[in-house]
This record gives sequence, C-alpha cells and structure tokens, in this order.
Amino acid sequence: MTKLHKKQQISSFDQLPKTPTGITGLDEITGGGLPKGRPTLICGEAGCGKTLMSLEFIIRGATEFNEPGVFMAFEEKADELAANVASLGFDLRKLQDDKKIRLDHVHIDRSEIEETGEYDLEGLFIRLGYAIDSIGAKRVVLDTLENLFSGLSNQVILRAELRRLFNFLKDKGVTAIITGEKGEGGALTRQGLEEYVSDCVILLDHRVINQISTRRLRVVKYRGSQHGTNEYPFLIDEEGISVLPVTSLKLEKEVSSKRISSGIPSLDSMFGGKGFFEGSSILVSGTAGTGKTSIAASFANEVCRNKKKCLYFAFEESPKQILRNMKSINIDLQKYVDSGLLEFHASRPTLYGLEMHLVAIYKIIKRFKPAAVILDPITNLITVGSVSEVKSMLIRLIDFLQDEQITVMFTALSLNTVVSEQTDEGVSSLVDTWLLVRDIESNGERNRGLYIMKSRGMSHSNQVREFTITDNGLNLVDVYLGPEGVLTGSAREAQKLKEKTGVALRDFAVSRKDKEILRRRMMLESKIASLQAEFESAEEELNKMYLEDELKQEIIEKNRQQITDIRRGNVNPPKSKSKNKK
Amino acid sequence: MTEQNQSPLNADDNLSDGESQFFRLRLFVIGASPNSIRAITNLKNICEQHIKANYELEIIDVYQQPLIAEAEQIVALPLLVKKSPGIERKLIGDMSNTTKVLKGLGIYSES
Repeated sequence: MTKLHKKQQISSFDQLPKTPTGITGLDEITGGGLPKGRPTLICGEAGCGKTLMSLEFIIRGATEFNEPGVFMAFEEKADELAANVASLGFDLRKLQDDKKIRLDHVHIDRSEIEETGEYDLEGLFIRLGYAIDSIGAKRVVLDTLENLFSGLSNQVILRAELRRLFNFLKDKGVTAIITGEKGEGGALTRQGLEEYVSDCVILLDHRVINQISTRRLRVVKYRGSQHGTNEYPFLIDEEGISVLPVTSLKLEKEVSSKRISSGIPSLDSMFGGKGFFEGSSILVSGTAGTGKTSIAASFANEVCRNKKKCLYFAFEESPKQILRNMKSINIDLQKYVDSGLLEFHASRPTLYGLEMHLVAIYKIIKRFKPAAVILDPITNLITVGSVSEVKSMLIRLIDFLQDEQITVMFTALSLNTVVSEQTDEGVSSLVDTWLLVRDIESNGERNRGLYIMKSRGMSHSNQVREFTITDNGLNLVDVYLGPEGVLTGSAREAQKLKEKTGVALRDFAVSRKDKEILRRRMMLESKIASLQAEFESAEEELNKMYLEDELKQEIIEKNRQQITDIRRGNVNPPKSKSKNKK
Repeated sequence: MTEQNQSPLNADDNLSDGESQFFRLRLFVIGASPNSIRAITNLKNICEQHIKANYELEIIDVYQQPLIAEAEQIVALPLLVKKSPGIERKLIGDMSNTTKVLKGLGIYSES
C-alpha cells in the first residue's frame, strides 16, 4: 500500500527520466529503469553477473528499445563476449554488423607500458567518443573500469581522469553502466568508484547459505527516484537475467466467481456442488499417506480434462513416479502430458535457494500460462529455509498467482500432532480453501477422514467425510453417524450390515402380525355372522309372540263384546260365542 | 595529419647493416595539448641526442584519426610506440623522464 501511495506521490511531480533496461523485473524495482543520461554503477564480487547484466542492458537496448549501445570491455575480448552471450540466444555479431552494438576491447597491460611522465586518458575518450558517435549510441557500458588501475600506476592522474570521464559521459547524454569489483571491508568497489557515480548504485551479491547459493540484487542508491530497497533474488538462465520483484504490497486483485471442479464429484458437493473458486488458493494438508498427492493429481486431471493447462511442481516425487502411481487409481495423466496440457517440474528443494525456487516457478508460470498450479508438497521447502522464509515466499507466490488469476493447490504434510493443525507453514491463513485430510484410527484400522477447515465465500459442508482411494479414483463416503457416534471403514460397513438384518427381521415381524390381524378379523367376522343369525331367530321369536299377543288381545276384545251383548240380551249371541271358542 | 619527421636518407642501408639499429617510432598525440607538445619536444631531443639520423618518427594526431585509437589499443596519451627494433614497446607520458624513455626504447647510453 505504501508503494502505491509513493507512486501516486511521484507522478504528481516531474519524474526523473529513465532508461528501461529490458531486464525482467529490474525495471519494476527501479521504477522504470536506470537514470537516463547518467552513469550507474553495478558492483559485486567476481562471478555475480555484473558483465552479463550490463551486456544484457546493451543488447536489450539495441533489440527492444532501438537504442544502440557501446560495450567497452576491459576484461574480456569481443569474441569471448560474443561466445558468452551466444548461449543466451543473443547474436552479438549480427548486432554489431547491423550497427546496433559496438564492442571495443580495451587491452591494457602494465608490463607492456612504460610511464614516462604526465599523461591523460584522452585516448580512451576518443575511442569512446568515436564509438558512440559512429552508431549514435544511447547506452554505454564500461565493464570493469577498475582494470585501468591495474594497468596504469599513476593514481592521481587516473582519478582525475575518471572524474572527467563521467562528466564526458553525461555530456554525451548516454546512459552508462560502469561495473566494479566489490572491495574489501564493506567498500562497494575496490577503487572507490562509487564516489564518482553518484546517481545510481546497484549491488549484486552471490551468497551461499547452507550450501545453497542465491544471487541477489539491491539498489543501494538511486538519486532522485524511489526504488525498491530490498534485496531481490535474481536468476541467470538460458533467457538471461530475471529479477523477481517479489513483494507486491497491493491487495487489489481481480476476483472471479467462476467455479472450478476439484475432480472429485463428492468433494464438489461439499462446496455446494460446484467446487473451488477460480483463481483461489487451496491448501490440502494432512499426515503422511493420507492421499494429498492423489487429491492434487485428481485436480490436475480435472483441469486438463476441461482443456485447460495445468502446471505441477513436484518436490518429492519424480514425474514418472507420479504418473505411475496415479494410474493405479485410474487417473491417467500421461495423455495430458503428451498433449501438452500438463507439465511437470520436479526438482529437489535443495537444488537452489528458496528465492530461486520462487523465481524459477515465476518464470515457468509466465511462460506456460497455466490455469492451475500445483505445488506438492510445500513442506519440503522447509529444508532450504526457515518457516518464516517459506511463509514469505508462499505469500509472494500466492500474491503473484492471484494476480494472474491462476488457481493454486498446495499440499502440505502436517505432523501427527494436534498442535500442528494450525501451522502448515503458516499459510493456512492465506489460503482461501483449506482441506484437511486426517487419519481416523479406530477398531484396529486407519481410515481417512476429510473435512473442510475453511472455504472463503461459499457455503460448505461441515461434515467429516470418509475419504476413500479406490481403483476407480477418489471418493468421499458419507460418514455413518450412528448412535455410537461417527463410524468409518469396516465399522461403518458393519453398522450397515447390522441395519440390514434389522430391517429384515422387522419385515418378518410385521408380516406375522399382519397375518394374525387377518385371522382375528376373520374369526370375529364369523362370530358376528353367527350372532346375527341368533339375533334374527330371536327377533322372529319375539315377533311371533307379539302377534300372538295381538291376536289374543283381539279375541279377548271380541269375547268381551259378545259377553256384553249377551248380557243386554242382544240377538244372535250364540254365533259370536261359537266363534270365540274357536 | 601525419607528420613525417627526420626522414631517413639511407634507411635501407642502415637496416641491412645490422649492427647499428634503425628505430621506427610512432608517437600518438592529441592536437596541441600541453602534454602532446611536451612529448614531441622531449622525444625529439632524446632522439637527436642518442639515435641521431637513425630513426623514423611518425607523429599521429589521434583526434584526426579516431579509428586508429581502437586499432592501436590506445588508452593513455601521449603514447609512443616503438615498432622496431626488437619487440614492440609502448611508452606513455610526456617523455619527460629521459631514463625511462631510453630504457623503454632499448637504448643504453654510456653517459
């Protein structure tokens, strides 16, 4: 953030005109290049890359910025220089023929020269002046000017002439690089060249720590300009020098809400069925043998299956080993390697320093432009640096990858202790998604359990799933949650079986009960039928009695009528009498 | 501007003699700078004293021929190059140190 702030400040003033070097990263550190029209001092020990850096400055100037340059070598002959940079793919001879570059080898040998009085270095000035004018050079390199001191003995003259030389260069308006050997006891150069070159001083360093050498660069001084003050590692490889401006302090990355599958459908479903965010960082940590590499490979497989590029950095196994091992779980990565979608880069962490790893990774990513990067495992990097160094390296790597919108998956080995859960090289706080694979030990067997420690910006399952590696790939099984708690492995299977038998028994019991009910009902129904019959007969009986009673009543009524008739002396009483008797 | 000085009248004779050596000298100077002028005067004096009429001196102004500076590996000026006899020797400076000049030219004066 401070960087950003400063940048804004500068832009409001007149900025010092700068000459881009074209060297990867150096222009970013110096905020645009070396001071234009002024001399810059590059100093360092023998073999730290001074000559190469200055030569690359000239060559890139000629090829990329159309600024011809003069290279005045006090050490190496022109042919030797050409041969040296030919391995970097620069054709010095052709550039010379095209009048883009002029090489001049200054040979000076004390044994051949007798000093017979006062002299000056006008000869050098003339040569330089002529070389500059003949091709219209904008850039000049004087490679190890200090050789003059070994060739000529009159220091007083030399120092006066050097001062004149730098003024001469400024008058010519060329951007110059002067190289100098590092002096003893903290002095930047042996002959104190830094007192003449006051505008920009770059110190190169070649350090060996724990038997691992790292080249570093530091801008000691840059008058009139802001610059990165840290030590930056740099790399010399087949493409020349690349400096890695490793710390970006800005946190203003683009983010994507697109999702990318993990290659394991059941894992995706734990992330709401869609997988990781594109361009996010994923950490898979776990103890040894929990399948971290398998998860990584399966992710790589998925990325390639979608016709996207994937880069796999292996720090533990060789690519062939990984290919073979993954075949056993039905992940065929070979075909993607063949089609160029997948690239493996295997190296022992001890190959070079941590920073160099970062630079190397950075370069490969820049070239390959993958959609996803896998680092397997980051824990091994600890062998070449301390935890804090590894952390700072990973921070920068994550920063860089997120800038580039590249999804990255790290695997990390955690030790089998409870505490270490929080300390996977300290990157757990940086990553967006953290998967933890752990052993679940019970019933005399070891099973893998996977859960999501965190996943920023998406809903995710809080379950512990059992993670199985089968011949057909990886799978996550729902962990059985029984009355006895979480069950995994054979315990889960046993519980499943137990449940199955339970169901069968219950089914049987149920059918028996059903039959009984049926029988009961039939019994009751038959009973009901007989009772009905009984009731009908009783009803009939009752009905019969009721009719008899009625009849009796009628007859009694009739008889009484007859009797009354008789008593009153009515006629025809015998008729009714006889009837009554009936 | 090449200044042919003290042109030898019988150069070939001297060379063929073998015993008295013929000196071929080239002096590189820059215009009329104090150092150059001193060097020319000093050198002429020395030559006249020690190898009189037995030398050829070519004085070259490097300003006029900048290309020669690169070809001749010129750094410091004035520069005197002894082409012959013997191996090539280079002397820089204003030639004020006569002993060194003589030593450099391989002339051993008896005085």
